[in-house]
Amino acid sequence: MKRIICLVLTVILSAVLFTGCGKKQQNALVYFLNFKPESAAVYEELARKYEEEKGVKVKVVTAAANTYEQTLKSEIAKTEAPTIFQVNGPIGYNSWKDYCLDIKDSKIYSYLTDKSLAIKDGDGVYAVPYVVEGYGIIYNNAIMDKYFGLKSRQQKVNSVEEIKNFATLKIVVDDMTKHKSELGIDGVFASTSLSSGEDWRWQTHLLNIPLFYEYKSTEEGKDPTLSLLDAKEIAFKYEQNYKKIFDLYTENSATVKNLLGSKSVADSMAEFALSKAAMVQNGNWAWSQISGVKGNTVDANDIKMLPIYTGIEGEENQGICIGTENYFAINKNVSEEKRKASLDFLDWLFSSETGKKYVTEKLGFITPFNTFSESETPNDPLAREINRYLNDKETTVVPWIFTAFPSENFKKETGSALLDYVQGSKTWDEVKQTVVDKWKSERK
Amino acid sequence: MKSLKRYFPVFVMPTLVAFLIAFAVPFVLGLFLSFTEFRTVSDAQFVGFLNYLKIFTQDATFLNSLWFTVKFAVVSVITINFFAFIFALLLTRDVAGTKVFRTVFFMPNLIGGIVLGYIWQLIINGVLFRFGYSITSDATYGFWGLIILMNWQMIGYMMIIYIAGLSNIPTDIIEASKVDGAGWFTTLFKITIPSCMPSITRCLFLTITNSFKLFDQNLALTAGAPGGRTRMVALDIYETFYGRIGFEGIGQAKSVIFFLIVAAVSLTQLILTRRKEVEI
Repeated sequence: MKRIICLVLTVILSAVLFTGCGKKQQNALVYFLNFKPESAAVYEELARKYEEEKGVKVKVVTAAANTYEQTLKSEIAKTEAPTIFQVNGPIGYNSWKDYCLDIKDSKIYSYLTDKSLAIKDGDGVYAVPYVVEGYGIIYNNAIMDKYFGLKSRQQKVNSVEEIKNFATLKIVVDDMTKHKSELGIDGVFASTSLSSGEDWRWQTHLLNIPLFYEYKSTEEGKDPTLSLLDAKEIAFKYEQNYKKIFDLYTENSATVKNLLGSKSVADSMAEFALSKAAMVQNGNWAWSQISGVKGNTVDANDIKMLPIYTGIEGEENQGICIGTENYFAINKNVSEEKRKASLDFLDWLFSSETGKKYVTEKLGFITPFNTFSESETPNDPLAREINRYLNDKETTVVPWIFTAFPSENFKKETGSALLDYVQGSKTWDEVKQTVVDKWKSERK
Repeated sequence: MKSLKRYFPVFVMPTLVAFLIAFAVPFVLGLFLSFTEFRTVSDAQFVGFLNYLKIFTQDATFLNSLWFTVKFAVVSVITINFFAFIFALLLTRDVAGTKVFRTVFFMPNLIGGIVLGYIWQLIINGVLFRFGYSITSDATYGFWGLIILMNWQMIGYMMIIYIAGLSNIPTDIIEASKVDGAGWFTTLFKITIPSCMPSITRCLFLTITNSFKLFDQNLALTAGAPGGRTRMVALDIYETFYGRIGFEGIGQAKSVIFFLIVAAVSLTQLILTRRKEVEI
């Protein structure tokens, strides 16, 4: 008898020990693993709104910056796995394809204005982009006006509109550096942030341009992203152009080269917002960062965007880089009920009045869906610039082909090599070699 | 005795269950996963020793990190124990205020590694900026930054253990040695140090294992920059596992090798120093 009591006691004791861990949450049909930390609060509000309207509970979990893959990896192994998750393009799809549901019959896919944007594999459609973004060189027009009003400036280029290629950009930038005290800036470009995890603007976004030109016309009529995706090796033909623009950034920077390894993206956006720098390479998502800086001195109407010129032939007609690396996928390993609920949620988000209002006003997304009318686009200065370039007949935008870069590790190694280069511990040839070698070894 | 046996499950069961769930099961599972290829822990496929092979053929980062870790461990184990022992000697003297100082020296140990890492990054960068450098300018800065950080954090803890050891030495032996005419140095090396060998064993064990397994501080201070040259093994494993798609099994295999190395080093140390312990 005693023995039984003992056993029962033990079981209860151990049970008590572990109850804390397994606290049951009310089961949510939709579990959305969010990629954008800056939008976390909005998504949670949306989840509440959706529950009010439709009575379906939505669970939103946001991965901290730069940890999406980690979070997804551990969350998806759980019994309560995410039902909606995100992949960052064809490469991301490749690593998660065992989890992606075929959504070719879904409403969200049918809304897509340009069906070719979705990620397809064979007959199926496995991920749908939900936001179009663009990046270029953001500049503060007030500082540019001040510069062009200077009497002592160079006389070759007389307005921002005349900057149409790398040569003119360089003339202006070099001369601005000479006059930086008169302009009240620390440097023309905000810090080229190269600390770990903060170097994506260079190892991903900037590298997109030379590789786009290399793969622009490899095969007639073939999409450059697909050509790049098939590339086992790259020649890195335009490495000198990559160097040119990177050197221009670092030599006319608000921070001396040796300290760039400690700078973050937030640092450089703050420099721009405080008018300590006239230009910064970034995309329209940076608007919230610029406007969020305390004491920011940049007028919203002065924020404009230039294409990134690298001195490649024909760049006079080049626009900014526009594309997406944000694709929604539905987890196929969850119950039918959950899959349907997830698709319904996405449908609601991008087609209902409430959903659309949140998407344009609070999330600030320019979407690739036909459910949004012309007037339903976000109205921040950078989004306006994206729309301007999208509708500009004279220039052609550069697509985001970096979604075909072989791996995260490839980008990371490239970023490390760039840091070594600015600190003088690597030559440019070694940087070039790193890019070429890592491409080959990571592509396997 | 018999009744004690009967209560065995009551006392041991909860801990045993916790030990099984939190240690034994993950350990065995981890060992198993190192022989498989997997994306998430629930979809593993057996590949034999392939992962172990790949560590040395496909991926040069492991050996570099291991070498960096060994260098770090040697330097930090020596410096931490040296300074901790000196502080313990100073703070076991009959001087007013030693309690306050003991508390002050112990305090850094209460701060989490990530926070410490960022604090020291600010401090070190603050100094290096004046000369136009930052902590990532060269791997040497990162190395010494880590040493300083670890010393700052661990000295207080080790000091407390040494103090406990020192205050356990019976005063009569020390008096006896004085009567025999032993000077301060002779007393230190012939009486004090041999008598606190148990503390030394413990401190060496703690510092060796902690130095090898260092992760948070490394992540926050340099995150491996520049170019992964300040990346220690724990961080390398983490980055292999989480940062590279398709390398999960390799990361797992690395951690098994790492476990074997740390276990071998610390067990050897335990055996060696245990032998030197004397009964008082």
